[in-house]
Amino acid sequence: MSYASVLIQFLNGLASASSLFLIAAGLSLIFGVTRVVNFAHGSLFMLGMYLAVALAPGVGFWLAVPLAALAVGAFGAVAESLLLRRLYRAPELLQLLATFALVLVIKDFALWAWGPEDILGPRAPGLAGAVTIAGQRFPAYDLFLIALGPAVLGTLWFLLKRTRWGMLVRAATQDRDMASALGVNQKGLFTAVFGLGALLAGLGGALQIPREPATLGVDLQVISDAFVVVVVGGLGSIPGAFLAALLIGEIKSFCIGLGFSKLTLVAEFVVMAAVLVLRPWGLLGKVRAEVRGAGALEPPLRLPSRGALLGLAALFAALALLPALHAGYTLVLLTDVLLFALFAVSLHFIMGPGGLHSFGHAAYFGLGAYGAGLLVHKASASMGAALLAGPWLAALGAAAFGWFCVRLSGVYLAMLTLAFAQITWSIAFQWDAVTGGSNGIVGIWPSPWLSGKTAYYYLTLAACAAGIALLWRVCYSPFGYALRAGRDSPLRADAIGIDVRALQWAAFTFAGFFAGLAGALYAFSKGSISPETLSIPRSVDGLVMVLLGGIQTLTGPVWGAALLTWLQDAVARGVDYWRAVIGGVILALVLAFPQGAAGFLRERFAR
Amino acid sequence: MTVLAVKDLSKSFGAVHAVHGVSFSLAAGELLAMIGPNGAGKSTCFNLLNGQLAPDAGAIELDGRSIAGLAPRDIWHLGVGRTFQITATFGSMSVRENVQVALLSHRRRLWSLLPLAARHGCAEADALLARVGMLEQAERPCALLAYGDLKRVELAVALASRPRLLLMDEPTAGMAPAERDALMRLTTALARDENVAVLFTEHDMDVVFTHADRVIVLAGGALIAEGTPQAVRADTRVREIYLGGADD
Amino acid sequence: MKLPLLLAALLAAGSALGQPVKIGELNSYKVFPAFLEPYRKGMELALEEINAAGGAAGRRLELVIRDDGGTPGDAVRVAEELISREKVDVLMGTFASHVGLAVSNLAAQRKILFVASEPLTDKLVWDNGNRYTFRLRPSTYMQTAMLVPEAAKLNKRRWAIVYPNYEYGQSATASFKKLLAAAQPGVQFVAEQAPPLGKIDAGAVVQALIDAKPDAIFSSLFAADLQKFVREGNTRGLFTGVAVFNLLAGEPEYLDPLKDETPQGWWVTGYPWQAITTSEHTKFRDAYRKRWNDYPRQGSVVGYAAVYTVATAVRRAGSADTEKLVEAMKGLEMQTPFGPIVWRALDHQSTMGAYVGQLARKGSEGSMVNWRFADGARFLPSDGEVKALRKE
Repeated sequence: MSYASVLIQFLNGLASASSLFLIAAGLSLIFGVTRVVNFAHGSLFMLGMYLAVALAPGVGFWLAVPLAALAVGAFGAVAESLLLRRLYRAPELLQLLATFALVLVIKDFALWAWGPEDILGPRAPGLAGAVTIAGQRFPAYDLFLIALGPAVLGTLWFLLKRTRWGMLVRAATQDRDMASALGVNQKGLFTAVFGLGALLAGLGGALQIPREPATLGVDLQVISDAFVVVVVGGLGSIPGAFLAALLIGEIKSFCIGLGFSKLTLVAEFVVMAAVLVLRPWGLLGKVRAEVRGAGALEPPLRLPSRGALLGLAALFAALALLPALHAGYTLVLLTDVLLFALFAVSLHFIMGPGGLHSFGHAAYFGLGAYGAGLLVHKASASMGAALLAGPWLAALGAAAFGWFCVRLSGVYLAMLTLAFAQITWSIAFQWDAVTGGSNGIVGIWPSPWLSGKTAYYYLTLAACAAGIALLWRVCYSPFGYALRAGRDSPLRADAIGIDVRALQWAAFTFAGFFAGLAGALYAFSKGSISPETLSIPRSVDGLVMVLLGGIQTLTGPVWGAALLTWLQDAVARGVDYWRAVIGGVILALVLAFPQGAAGFLRERFAR
Repeated sequence: MTVLAVKDLSKSFGAVHAVHGVSFSLAAGELLAMIGPNGAGKSTCFNLLNGQLAPDAGAIELDGRSIAGLAPRDIWHLGVGRTFQITATFGSMSVRENVQVALLSHRRRLWSLLPLAARHGCAEADALLARVGMLEQAERPCALLAYGDLKRVELAVALASRPRLLLMDEPTAGMAPAERDALMRLTTALARDENVAVLFTEHDMDVVFTHADRVIVLAGGALIAEGTPQAVRADTRVREIYLGGADD
Repeated sequence: MKLPLLLAALLAAGSALGQPVKIGELNSYKVFPAFLEPYRKGMELALEEINAAGGAAGRRLELVIRDDGGTPGDAVRVAEELISREKVDVLMGTFASHVGLAVSNLAAQRKILFVASEPLTDKLVWDNGNRYTFRLRPSTYMQTAMLVPEAAKLNKRRWAIVYPNYEYGQSATASFKKLLAAAQPGVQFVAEQAPPLGKIDAGAVVQALIDAKPDAIFSSLFAADLQKFVREGNTRGLFTGVAVFNLLAGEPEYLDPLKDETPQGWWVTGYPWQAITTSEHTKFRDAYRKRWNDYPRQGSVVGYAAVYTVATAVRRAGSADTEKLVEAMKGLEMQTPFGPIVWRALDHQSTMGAYVGQLARKGSEGSMVNWRFADGARFLPSDGEVKALRKE
């Protein structure tokens, strides 16, 4: 690279950093104060883009940008006050489920309102051309963006440090309970912060339209970038977000400049994993007061009543008898339901009793699938051998990643699991020679005697029922109790001789094994695998299943898996805007039963 | 019989000597109060004993065996029970289960995957709960207990390992006077019956002088007085610190 | 014994009396709506025309359309549903390569004809080809090969390559390098940029390409990546004096959003729907405009031709029996809006072609000029090479 191109790539990095910062700042602000992991932040960004593209022809670009930002801000405030406000006392992460539902609804809304085609916005009037820097042409608009980043940082700094409102925000970020005790009006503050965060996301989106088209896929692309920046910078730290945006913008820019463009697929996640391992609170983040008493308390785990056991046995018997009555597609769907149930139960095992919130559980599902697939494909192993051995690859992966993950807690842990999952994904995606790259591996079918739908269904039923039963049983064992003890009070657990980390590590690996078993079963049921089996959406599906069913119940994940799989199947078949319908159903369920479906039923019948 | 022997214990944080050359010992069945103004080094001293911190120098011996620098969980396994200034229990478990987990840990059974934890040691757990007066509430989740009751649960949990030594950090903080007295009387009875040595820190001098067998006084990280409550109360240096000092 | 026989007879009679031929169409409608909405309209137009003309082999055609969620796992489940619940006679559709491969793999397992309409991966009919899978569109290899003669003609020495980092971009790049090096010995490939699909960091990529000082660029970017690349490249002057070749960029789906950014003179494959005047195309275009009050896109042609493929195959087989259909597909000749095609018995690839031409801008509209039709049959490797790949 010549000096000129180093300079230009540096400026490119700065321009990207400004864009990243705008969206990450809002996310960080929202998380800092409300502790909501706002999955819909990328959707707000996308709304900002579409609104600006739609408004620009009428009112001009420079007016369209602030109008779009304000509109998105107003939408955010309304969404907070109508939806999220009702959920702050629900079990942790339920707000995340609600924001995920918003993602689905907003995506279909955008499709309905603006149609399927990409819309390339206008260039910014006055800054449409290029300026010559070091003999190279550089977009004038990018210079504007480079200046805007620090300007927004300065404005936010002033707002937070020099105004009374900002003082309240900072107080709430430091210690929400203390702020509340001091008489801060939490409701108003939360709404305002959410609105401001949404406004920043909308602004970030609107400002992108001279650089990229408004597309329906941008929401999910942006959200993972934003998470990374926020976590690397330190949750709740605006200057941290700025620094992290700079870091990641420059790293990507120079990866490309130096000819390592393939690394950009995963660079940010490698950075995030490294930061979380070496400096868990982020570059400029602070160790913060835990939120005390937030969320609903989990009731003690009672041994299931005879009736409940009989019910489960009857369910199992019904599932076992079903093929005698019906041998069609229902068996295919139930096979999916069963293995996703095992996947969800394994995730719940670490999330519920373990208190380890994993956003990257698909990594182990996928490793199990790839383990089995590779054994069949590369080593010509029999199906039985592959099914038995595949999950061990998942367990191995879980043991390796888990060793780092259990050293963290809360959202940091969740983000590290996500980073590891993305790194695994990118290896599967790019290691053509072994994994088949983006196409994956095809031709992984069960042995002939198991290849019929009915036979494979029985295999899945037996394996999943056994796996689920074992995971549940372990919850009642001394190990399960010790795990919950470590979650409830690490201090007390330590003081009565419990090695919390070792237990959590073991639990992580154990759960990884069963996720891998589900993945291996999945591979043989589909006949092929691709990197999609360890992608973020698969992890999110697992989360949704657990949260939908109710994280505080044992059986919840099974119902959640059944409900989501059935919804995805039935609604996608019958309805055009099926994503919005699923989002709507999730929202309705979340608002009606904040404890999850199974939790609701338990509460009803416990009285 | 000496249970705990501390010799020349020191710990610095940078240039600050938080604990400096502290020595004392504690016998089975004895209640020793550790007092001193804020910043005297009580918390550091406590954390050195329970394993949260490792000492820079000095020895800590439990029944003649060095425990200095061991991890808290290892120290517990050697027979040191703890209660916290702000109670720490397992909120999602019943009172009995809290004790059962401690019993399981004591027996190193936590890694077994198949037995039912709730069936383990019910009788022993109930006996311990009866001892602290919590048997009636054995089924209740800890998250729903009153503060004073939580303190009793912590005592039962601490006793589950049949400890030689009980470390109690501000055991009566946040309690009403009547409750304080009851808790300390219970503690005294347990110490005598089970032959457990008890070391506690305390701000409330009424509690100290009523219930401690012996008192040690820390100031500026050093031990400045030691003796019976009466002797310590009469000690001029102690009087100076407490009556002349502005910080307490 | 009597009852089953009677039932069988009744069923047979039922089908003879015009039980429809069911086509199970699955596609990623929600993930790639820009291509697949027109695709759907094309299918429906073909269906209406065929049924109005009396169907195929005396039977009506029926489409059962499903969204495959854009992932192989869901697609396989949906295909299973189409097979076992809807009892479709033929599977059709899919967009992304990995989804196409997964469904093709299932089709071979469940022994059902799969007409892969859109997926471009070479592997679908070569490395992973199977008895039951047939592919309509010209593959990545074919479309790349269509551009190579023009590229070689320019005799540029220094080539830079940019492609989305997944199988389509990788195999387009590999094929291009191989074919161009054969056609123009001594050619140099001076830079390669592989941004993640949908996430190109266009400014940095464009600058990196400028640094490499290429004489020409080969790109397989499309959709949002292409738009970002074009805008940055225009602003930063990457394309001045540089010949650019871009797969697919002439398809209305990807060309139309470029509007006044449309780069002049790029060589592309695509579909100049305004300008094609063959009778078969004019007939299709007029019917499409009349039916939908919209102009056809590339997807419309693919959807339209896919449904006609099934109808023609059923006609030739005289039945919707899978094995008969598979045999009928081999060597099947038929008409499409792009002219006549043959379904090769050798590798189950249709010889459908594409249009190769240059981009031009009139006002704020992009279009293709200097175009010619490239017949797919002329851009395939030798039979020997194909046989070696298919391992059959």
